[in-house]
Amino acid sequence: MATRGLRVLAKSSTPLLRRTLSNSISETRPCARILDAECSGAAALPARGSCGVPARSYGSATNRTADTELSKNWSKTPPAARRLSGEPEKAFSDDEDHEILDYPGAKTNFTHEMTFIPETAAEPVPCFRLLNDFGQPLPWAKLPQMDAELATKIYRNMVNLQTMDAIFYEAQRQGRFSFYLTTHGEEAINIASAAALSPQDVVFTQYREPGILMWRGFTMQDFADQCFGNAADLGKGRQMPVHYGSRELNCPTLSSPIATQLPQAVGAAYGLKMSRKDACSVAYFGDGASSEGDFHAALNFAAILETPTIFICRNNGWAISTPTNDQFRSDGIVVKGRGYGIRSIRVDGMDTLALYCAVKEARKIAIEESRPVLIEALSYRVGHHSTSDDSSKYRKKAEIEHWKLVRDPVNRFKKWIEAQGWWDAKSEKAIRSEARSSVIAAMNKAGQKQKPELSNLFTDVYDSLPSNLREQELQLRDVIAKYPRGYPTDVPL
Amino acid sequence: MALSQGIMAVSVPAAALLSASSSYSAARVQTASSSLPALGSRRGLAVRASSAEQSANFGPSSQKLWTPKITTNAVAAKQEAAASTGAKGPGHELLLYEALREGLEEEMERDPHVCVMGEDVGHYGGSYKVTKGFAEKFGDWRLLDTPIAENSFTGMAVGAAMTGLRPVIEGMNMGFLLLAYNQISNNCGMLHYTSGGQFTIPCVIRGPGGVGRQLGAEHSQRLESYFQSVPGLQMVACSTPYNAKGLMKAAIRSNNPVILFEHVLLYNLKETIPDEDYVCCLEEAEMVRPGKDITILTYSRMRHYVLQAAKTLVNKGYDPEIIDIRSLKPFDMFTIGNSVKKTHKVLIVEECMRTGGIGASLRAAIMENFFDYLDAPIGCLSSQDVPTPYSGPLEELTVVQPHQIITAVENLLAK
Repeated sequence: MATRGLRVLAKSSTPLLRRTLSNSISETRPCARILDAECSGAAALPARGSCGVPARSYGSATNRTADTELSKNWSKTPPAARRLSGEPEKAFSDDEDHEILDYPGAKTNFTHEMTFIPETAAEPVPCFRLLNDFGQPLPWAKLPQMDAELATKIYRNMVNLQTMDAIFYEAQRQGRFSFYLTTHGEEAINIASAAALSPQDVVFTQYREPGILMWRGFTMQDFADQCFGNAADLGKGRQMPVHYGSRELNCPTLSSPIATQLPQAVGAAYGLKMSRKDACSVAYFGDGASSEGDFHAALNFAAILETPTIFICRNNGWAISTPTNDQFRSDGIVVKGRGYGIRSIRVDGMDTLALYCAVKEARKIAIEESRPVLIEALSYRVGHHSTSDDSSKYRKKAEIEHWKLVRDPVNRFKKWIEAQGWWDAKSEKAIRSEARSSVIAAMNKAGQKQKPELSNLFTDVYDSLPSNLREQELQLRDVIAKYPRGYPTDVPL
Repeated sequence: MALSQGIMAVSVPAAALLSASSSYSAARVQTASSSLPALGSRRGLAVRASSAEQSANFGPSSQKLWTPKITTNAVAAKQEAAASTGAKGPGHELLLYEALREGLEEEMERDPHVCVMGEDVGHYGGSYKVTKGFAEKFGDWRLLDTPIAENSFTGMAVGAAMTGLRPVIEGMNMGFLLLAYNQISNNCGMLHYTSGGQFTIPCVIRGPGGVGRQLGAEHSQRLESYFQSVPGLQMVACSTPYNAKGLMKAAIRSNNPVILFEHVLLYNLKETIPDEDYVCCLEEAEMVRPGKDITILTYSRMRHYVLQAAKTLVNKGYDPEIIDIRSLKPFDMFTIGNSVKKTHKVLIVEECMRTGGIGASLRAAIMENFFDYLDAPIGCLSSQDVPTPYSGPLEELTVVQPHQIITAVENLLAK
């Protein structure tokens, strides 16, 4: 269900509360109460009137002020102040619901109704979208300012990403490198969000977001070198394929365990906030990662520390073979933001324009107000989880085909830019073939490059090579010298 | 031998020796070259004696040799130490936790990137008062009170370290850092390597561990056993106010992730430490008492038990050489090796459990490198492989006691 314009769950204060809570909903949850603190009787209090117990004195005798001013303006005086007055028995009106709770854990008002908060809201959180499935602007959509240059750049990067994924996936199948995973169906999440960020924002990715690096200037050759683990790889051949990282492009090298990057992003934002930089940190993760403990704590910390962090969840429906219904029972990830006091929004992750807008606004909020923001981008994981997975085992082929062909985000955006007159079939043909040839050329070149030198097995474990590692290197070299045929010939010594 | 003269100083910590004569370092290097290539790249404060020899063995090396930027008038060289407690000034007396605090405070003043994260470290001042007064001085932001989520605030520190800060993570008790194992092992230890050297993690993870007084099994963990095989980490254990301050400072200045093990029962240990600025070498062991009969290797609280046992041993006519290994990862095989070559008998006294403890690794390392010098099997006194019981007498039975040390030494020397 689309919403009109961009609407976030805004903060507001309630007239009932004397202490303001940030990021609270418009009405605080009242606290159910049956027995008064001083009431020794077991009977529940009637809805109106007191229970006949002598004055509830919440303040000590010394606190009480015989304040005649108070008595005059009794109805206008807040109950908390009335309690400490010389007439505390008058502190509470007949309607007990105006009494205010002052336990340290929650600041709200009481209620005599025992109501459980339902496990889901009456309606699921609506999903922000600007273009329909056919790339046409929705009637009430307010489209962002985007010129031809930016739009075609975004599109070109999406095509490059899609092409790179397709070719590298096939290359893995042919045995050219050991592992790969694709972003099919999530190209918009990758590129649109990257386009909305600034180059100095520090981005912590899970593994399905190489588009961020691509947008920032990581070349096809760089991607290929990392996948082949050759000497030109920035990671020096130490990580699996797709575990990219570039200090220059402000993308820390990704680490396989799920969700570990979430608290790291908070830490980076903590540092950015300390140095008052005009930058935020961004953490990407999937629906499955929201089950990890690190997710919970990272969002909690970000809210408490008020760090400029954007959490972008790619809710693509599947965590390998686990569907979202087996992952969580909440209304997606977006509602969890409220659980931590974080402003959140749900966006159509296959709508390039909507994503671009949402991330841009989130960045503004994060930096100007120094607070975290949670974006849930709904999409579909068209490809298998990785080359180690065959998703037809747990989902229908027809379903995959539908999302692949009918709901392709790249195609959807293409239709929009074509409608703007910025793109045509000729450009399409040109860019597809250019992308294809550049990926293949990069791959072939990467395959021919030398592998990293043997010394790279031992360097960078510490800042400098310690004696035990040097010994171990010597031992290894001794063995290789004695039995050269037992060791790979393409690793230079 | 020049070497033995260099090492055979009185019982003074093998502290920063920048002011020491260059003959000392040259002598160390010469001896080293007989068994190993020149140890020119000792991290920390050892002099860069033979970088040329080092690179000759391996071809062009791209690693930077870390040169520390600290005051060179560090703690007095060994020959002066016997005379007074410090070259300049009378020194000042304090407790171990105060020494940690002093070291941390000096580093936080020196470098604005140093920050502390942990539970109750801010206005509460830390569970063991190591950061008392810091929140008022440095502000809430540099003394970050975190919610109770060890894995996550460790992850936070990793992220902060990757982007330029130098966080000091305090575990309220080392045992709680088991919850942070994922971030420590998979990220802290690995990211420098897997990123191809692009990102460093200059963090310090510290906290009290070891067997306390009836703290129960969960609060009596010896985490050094669990972390010792994680590549990329350095581990050090402090045992006196002097080395506590020095190691704290060195750990903060190091560009590697360092785990600093403190002992919960040593926080109130008193000692006079020098007034001037000093740093201890992270990879060096401390020669506590030179001797010739047997090498006793120990660390943390066991050092003090060993010293207690040593009094009795000396009275009985033995001459034990006591080394506080301090550096748990990597081991200072140089100091240890020289000692083994001299005494030919080794006893390791540790608080870890028998299986998989520091003693187990140390035994293996000594046997591998110095087998020919040993006249007897390496003895190892450690705790039993049981969770630490709450009951006082039972707990005492799980920790190595001085009389056990005396018996073990006598048995080894009788062989």
